[in-house]
Amino acid sequence: MSTIVADDHDLHVDHSHDGPVKGWRRWVYATNHKDIGTMYLIFSLAMFFSGGLMALIIRTELFTPGLQFIDPAFFNQMTTMHALIMVFGAVMPAFVGLANWMIPLMIGAPDMALPRMNNWSFWILPVAFSILGSTLLMPGGAPASGWTMYPPLVLQTGDAFPFLIFSIHLMGLSSIMGAINVIVTIINMRAPDMTLLKMPMFVWTWLITAYLLLAVMPVLAGAVTMLLTDQFFGTSFFLAAGGGDPVMFQHIFWFFGHPEVYIMILPAFGVVSEIIPTFARKPLFGHDSMVYAASSIAFLSFIVWAHHMFTVGMPLTGQMFFMFATMLIAVPTGVKVFNWTATMWKGSMTFETPMLFSLGFLFLFTIGGFSGLMLAIVPADIQYHDSYFVVAHFHYVLVPGSIFGLMAAVYYWLPKWTGHYYNERQGQIHFWLSTIFVNMTFFPMHFLGLAGMPRRIPDYSTQFSDFNSVASIGAIGFGLSQLLFVYIVYQCAQKKGPKATTAVWDNPQGLEWTVPSPAPYHTFDTPPRITSSTAFS
Amino acid sequence: MSNDDDRYYVPHGSHWPIVGSAGLFFLMIGVSVWLNGGDTGFWVMLSGAAIIIFMLIGWFGEVIAESEGGRYNNQVDMSFRMGMFWFIFSEVMFFCAFFGALFYARNMSVPWLGGDSNNFFTNFIVWDGFESTWPTNGPGNIGGDFEAMGPFGLPLINTAILLTSSATVSVAHHALLHGQRALLKVSLAATFILGFIFVILQAEEYIEAYQHMNLTMSSGIYGSTFYMLTGFHGMHVTIGAIMLTVMWLRVMKGHFTPTKHFAFEATAWYWHFVDVVWVGLYVFVYWM
Repeated sequence: MSTIVADDHDLHVDHSHDGPVKGWRRWVYATNHKDIGTMYLIFSLAMFFSGGLMALIIRTELFTPGLQFIDPAFFNQMTTMHALIMVFGAVMPAFVGLANWMIPLMIGAPDMALPRMNNWSFWILPVAFSILGSTLLMPGGAPASGWTMYPPLVLQTGDAFPFLIFSIHLMGLSSIMGAINVIVTIINMRAPDMTLLKMPMFVWTWLITAYLLLAVMPVLAGAVTMLLTDQFFGTSFFLAAGGGDPVMFQHIFWFFGHPEVYIMILPAFGVVSEIIPTFARKPLFGHDSMVYAASSIAFLSFIVWAHHMFTVGMPLTGQMFFMFATMLIAVPTGVKVFNWTATMWKGSMTFETPMLFSLGFLFLFTIGGFSGLMLAIVPADIQYHDSYFVVAHFHYVLVPGSIFGLMAAVYYWLPKWTGHYYNERQGQIHFWLSTIFVNMTFFPMHFLGLAGMPRRIPDYSTQFSDFNSVASIGAIGFGLSQLLFVYIVYQCAQKKGPKATTAVWDNPQGLEWTVPSPAPYHTFDTPPRITSSTAFS
Repeated sequence: MSNDDDRYYVPHGSHWPIVGSAGLFFLMIGVSVWLNGGDTGFWVMLSGAAIIIFMLIGWFGEVIAESEGGRYNNQVDMSFRMGMFWFIFSEVMFFCAFFGALFYARNMSVPWLGGDSNNFFTNFIVWDGFESTWPTNGPGNIGGDFEAMGPFGLPLINTAILLTSSATVSVAHHALLHGQRALLKVSLAATFILGFIFVILQAEEYIEAYQHMNLTMSSGIYGSTFYMLTGFHGMHVTIGAIMLTVMWLRVMKGHFTPTKHFAFEATAWYWHFVDVVWVGLYVFVYWM
């Protein structure tokens, strides 16, 4: 099935280069895409556990009604910081880490196009998150307005306020530079015969994601800059008395915020589109239609933002437009789900851990998609708004969606990174624990929301007790299960498993499987040859 | 030119990014502390800014040396071009946020405060007697009565200056392409001088607005959008003029050839970008 030359490894590996430098300089001065990718992945794992700890504080408080462990102000700080850390610190950098590691390998490039800027994109993140994290210790505490930072509430933040704004600026700076690097790498660094439509889906979805990042991160920077000047320099952007409007912030924020959710899911689509063909032993069904579907989703993501604001007050025509535009997204998303399913049709399937996570993704992300469709309906949304139904919806698309996509990617490519297989049995245990607990955590939230439990409140009415207890137990179980993930990855990085072959899996498609495992420090110093015009199309 | 021209140049480790991150750390912490009323923040901010300037000089210096040393083949050159192009695109989107705020205020929030659409009671109960007009500082008369900045006088002169400078930078580009170094030097110098004159006149306009027109950043939504749009634009003009000056110094040192001159072209693109933003500003902020 593989149509890519696999017999001339030595052409791809340049032995004249020296290996990595010793000591801390390798990491701090890094320009190697693999080193930078590794740093991104480790950083995002650390952020995943920080944000996860905050989630567990939230769920512990919500285990029973009443206030038992933390005061409401701190609860609000936890919900806000949990979201900011998970969105900007865990999911986004993890996908950038995958992009760094895999895109040059998948397109036959020697490195990312702009290696020094690549280093800076990463090393801004620890600065941004140390500034954000430090707000927990400040007078007035960490930001507590929700990650959406709506004025006028956010303007009541204490000393943390400017630190919040500037940390967002830094995250945006990092994302923009990362996105530029991804775009330039993909457009300018492909192996000579790799035309755009022959690119692997992961590369395609990342290309589209990078354009989304470039288009919306500056808008977020503009929005938070207006918050800053409203607070400190007397402007009236969000002050009705001055002719501004707090709702304007919501428009600008969600113009960023809705493409942002696709920024977090499109690379996961790409990952799943790589994995399912490998383990179904069939080429991806409808490769080109996948490209068009992802592009359509990206385009539509720019014209649906106000569905986050149906209850805020907007002309009826606006509500109608944003409702129908939102529901339209179900069409290209349906194309993708159909194609993944059709890829498996009559395939000779096996169920290794990456495939299990991809199947988990397929089922559970689709549930999140359906609840999203429900939320798109204006009269229904007026009921669901700000309830736990919304929390259930976006956690279904983010945890068994984005996070499962990331997990699948790590298991899929880990043997290529370390040169050794992970422990398959432990990987499958990790999958089943994660899947059971993720449903236990978030599925009851649908019922809680439909029954009227509001989100972002530390206390609740007693009739919500049972489902909340179940969700809290699930959350703690999910958190503990991820320790197993760290153990498995660590064991694999310590080269405890059997040695991986060059192809790693059973005849997978793609250039990354033509370099040795582990991938040498420098790969594709001279471009590889792609023999057949049918690769990935 | 190096002999392995087909090989993409991948630099070995660089310490400049981490220096830049350290600079950003001190800059952001410093500004935040300063805004919260801590006086030490000002000095921390300055030290952060100094580190960033040091980083920019060092990093660009290294890249210029590599470029002049022939380390960059055409593919690297193309990477730089694409990188600059998409960077400018992200800058355009940044300005879009503020233009969006301006259009939203003029077409939605201000008319709604005046009772437009289904907002009769908003107007009647909360802001009785407020009529939707532009320019406005809102129903609360925030910042007190002010005079709006008209399209004639300084803004018109500035428009002429910036459009002229856009022409001179194009002349410089053509001169570079055809090897006319003398014309290149003169027209590039004219460009950055015009750029700095623009910045000085813009400052003059601000002084006039603050001292005689009571038009300040606090003059409601008009003052907010006016100063944020023209301010960020002025900042970009300043950066662009500094870039042009650096290009001029490099030209004087004999850098750039008719075929290899990425930095010059990137600067020219950037200059056209600030010019286009200005045209948008002139039409929507000053004129209409």
